[in-house]
Amino acid sequence: MSDTYLKFANSFVGKQLAPRLGLPQPPVLKRYVPGQKAVDGAVLVGQAEGGRLATAIAGVLKSADADVWTAEGPLRDAAGALDLTPKIYAPETAGDQRFQALVLDATGIAHPDELQALHAFFQPVARKLRPSGRLLVLGTPPESLTAGGRVSQRALEGFTRSAGKELGKGATSNLIYVAEGAEDQIESTLRFFLSPKSAFVSGQVVRIGVGAGKTAKVEIDWEKPLAGKVALVTGASRGIGEAIAETLARDGAHVVGLDIEPLAADLKTVTDRIGGSAITLDVTADDAPEQLAKQLKADHGGVDIVVHNAGITRDKRLANMKPETWDQVIAVNLIAPDKITLALLKGKVLNRGGRIVGVASIAGIAGNNGQTNYATSKAGVIGLVDAFSADIAAAGGTINAVAPGFIETQMTAAIPLGIREAGRRLSSLGQGGLPIDVAETIAWYASAGSGAVQGNVVRVCGQSLIGA
Amino acid sequence: MHLPSYRRYEIAPEPRMPEAKTARRVAIVGGNRIPFARSNGAYATASNSDMLAAALDGLVERFDLQGEKLGEVAAGAVLKHARDFSMTREVVLGSKLDRGTPAVDITQACGTGLQATIYIANKIALGQIESGIAGGVDTTSDAPIAISEKLRKKLMLVNQAKTGADRVKALLKIRPGDIGLDVPANREARTGLSMGEHQAITGKEWGITREAQDELTVASHQHLAAAYERGFFDDLITPFQGLERDNNLRPDSSLEKLAKLKPVFGGPDGTMTAANSTPLSDGASTVLLASEEYAKEHGLPILAYFVDAQTEGVSYVKGEEGLLMAPAYAVPKLLDRNGLTFADFDFFEIHEAFASQVLSTLKAWEDPTFNKVKLGRDTPLGAIDRSKLNVNGGSLAAAHPFAATGGRIVASLAKELSEKGSGRGLISICAAGGIGVTAIVEAA
Repeated sequence: MSDTYLKFANSFVGKQLAPRLGLPQPPVLKRYVPGQKAVDGAVLVGQAEGGRLATAIAGVLKSADADVWTAEGPLRDAAGALDLTPKIYAPETAGDQRFQALVLDATGIAHPDELQALHAFFQPVARKLRPSGRLLVLGTPPESLTAGGRVSQRALEGFTRSAGKELGKGATSNLIYVAEGAEDQIESTLRFFLSPKSAFVSGQVVRIGVGAGKTAKVEIDWEKPLAGKVALVTGASRGIGEAIAETLARDGAHVVGLDIEPLAADLKTVTDRIGGSAITLDVTADDAPEQLAKQLKADHGGVDIVVHNAGITRDKRLANMKPETWDQVIAVNLIAPDKITLALLKGKVLNRGGRIVGVASIAGIAGNNGQTNYATSKAGVIGLVDAFSADIAAAGGTINAVAPGFIETQMTAAIPLGIREAGRRLSSLGQGGLPIDVAETIAWYASAGSGAVQGNVVRVCGQSLIGA
Repeated sequence: MHLPSYRRYEIAPEPRMPEAKTARRVAIVGGNRIPFARSNGAYATASNSDMLAAALDGLVERFDLQGEKLGEVAAGAVLKHARDFSMTREVVLGSKLDRGTPAVDITQACGTGLQATIYIANKIALGQIESGIAGGVDTTSDAPIAISEKLRKKLMLVNQAKTGADRVKALLKIRPGDIGLDVPANREARTGLSMGEHQAITGKEWGITREAQDELTVASHQHLAAAYERGFFDDLITPFQGLERDNNLRPDSSLEKLAKLKPVFGGPDGTMTAANSTPLSDGASTVLLASEEYAKEHGLPILAYFVDAQTEGVSYVKGEEGLLMAPAYAVPKLLDRNGLTFADFDFFEIHEAFASQVLSTLKAWEDPTFNKVKLGRDTPLGAIDRSKLNVNGGSLAAAHPFAATGGRIVASLAKELSEKGSGRGLISICAAGGIGVTAIVEAA
């Protein structure tokens, strides 16, 4: 489960050899440690003329106690109203200054000519991003616009995706579309994408305030954003599920772990460690959804967060695949989440403002040799997000999915060496992710502050070439 | 007086409470300094005491203070040998002043000279003394070098040993690695950064350009050179060891020449050079202060009055504020207390520790966000008229022997106000440790 080459490339000898031999030099990614500031380092903020998010961005940076820099001008002058005194950035005086994050409010770009603002803001600092730095562009959902606005806002995606491939040293690049009216809903998302929690999320496009119900601004303890919440995690006994359970518990949730009977002992070890509770259940059983709904209602009065993590692979080329191999995978990965979600909604077990998170896969987006069954089920999970979106939004909740790429688990350790190495290196970050990377992304969706984060499928893949 | 029969005594008058003394005006009579010299140059062999004595002797001579018993002399040095703990008193004892004149050593990094002035002025204002001299001196050519801390501690144990055998044992504990020198460094104890490195950060955070710094530097040299040319310093300076002018002065300084210099702080892309930063230097200065009565009685001139002062500190250890930004906080307090704005001043003496420091401070006063967030002011203090800034040159040209700068500024400003015959001047000095010392001087 460990990436031996990554360790070698970052050793003394490896650092000398890898560049000389033209070998990949995957960086060690910075990851979140509880108690850490959301952004540990300077944040350069810019705004294309006419933008509407600068105040909201500044507010988040103030709340996160960040070291804020910006050019002199209206953006900086306005910061005083937020009790912020941004440091002054100018290319000719910046000297040796490095930035942990570069954030551009691009919502003002209404014409392709004005895309020049991307170059003007990012070009002088393209080499000034620290290792594991963050590049963020905030825009307006193109589908809500017409004409030049629609064209240029859509164009932003090409920029952030390419930048992600150029930055190197573990830096990531993402695009956040914020719907008009959702300006006060960006904090949880901005914090996630600025922080080391999003270490393995790059080249992604996120929408805030699209298809979401009405959301009020909430006061949140950012160290414990899930305090008082009950979270169901299926397949919680090991791998990614275990990391999800631990992360949600870290953020303050009471975690109800679920797994099948043969893994009951492993599951109990996990839930005991995090002070959660365990349910042993086969999610494919006919009565499983109702039984689960009943038990959650009885024991916890309902559930706030549901993570459909349980999943299996039964890889075979289609020509060799038996029907039961197909059926098993579809049953666990797609039918079970569908039925459980439905049961929880029907029985009003999902509390108001609840969060449903599906676990898809890049195989579900890009397809994969030997995984027709698996990819079908995972693409179906994306379909679940679309299908349930309206109903859940009506109940003040959200549904989103993560699509993990190559994540270092027992499952990926079983892949033959050549394919495994290709899976790891063929991404912008040049390595596989860790279960915690998927878990952090889910914790962002689950956060009380993410009420306007609706209908997203975010890949946790280090901007893998596969499916890109 | 008729007393009732039962009263056999007179009623004693109520004991009088000492009257609350209102502050008296403090006169700046004059000043004297020796020319400032770049480190390891003209004054390479002079000690702090030598230089302070020279400046003091010149002052005594100028104002005929021979045999005079003054209220107090306060002076200090930032870099001082341990043996000089009573430096100022020793210098007074060696001077022509009455030996009954008390003296005190005070230190507040680069604020020392001005803080010594505040100390003497306050005593005069309160009526505790009638006259006094404030001063400061520093040498980086004759710096105190100590033995390494490890060696010193082990030698102390040797010293504490009672028997010869114990002494030998203690001596044997000294290892070759313990032997070393502890050279004083221009470095903040809590950050490990030199003052220049700190200012490089601050200047960067305020977006201070290289050009602006070089312009300020050229102006400083031109102003100082012009002041020498018109004889401004004739009654402010006593030559010392063959030097008649500050030898850091480059009258022919120009933007073209300065542009060629490589940065010395802030990395290869930094904006701070050896020219727009003050050099290490040696020198001493003194200022004579007195009550108005004393000045009149002794036939002494009154160049100006020392009106008020404000010292502030900032928290800089974790980068909360720039190390040298304290004056930006001290000045608004001082202005508010005296009901003044920048428009009420005719001269601004802002110590040029680094051109970048002066420009960062000026920019902060103009900046709406700094004023609002850090100073709690809805309207910024605003810009100062640059033609009123350091009109007779500043530390960039004159150089900056740390403790001697305050005295140089107070005396020059007082004389400038006296020449103008009216008006007001503001002094602002930044100091190590996140300190800012500021003061107001008014024409007599």
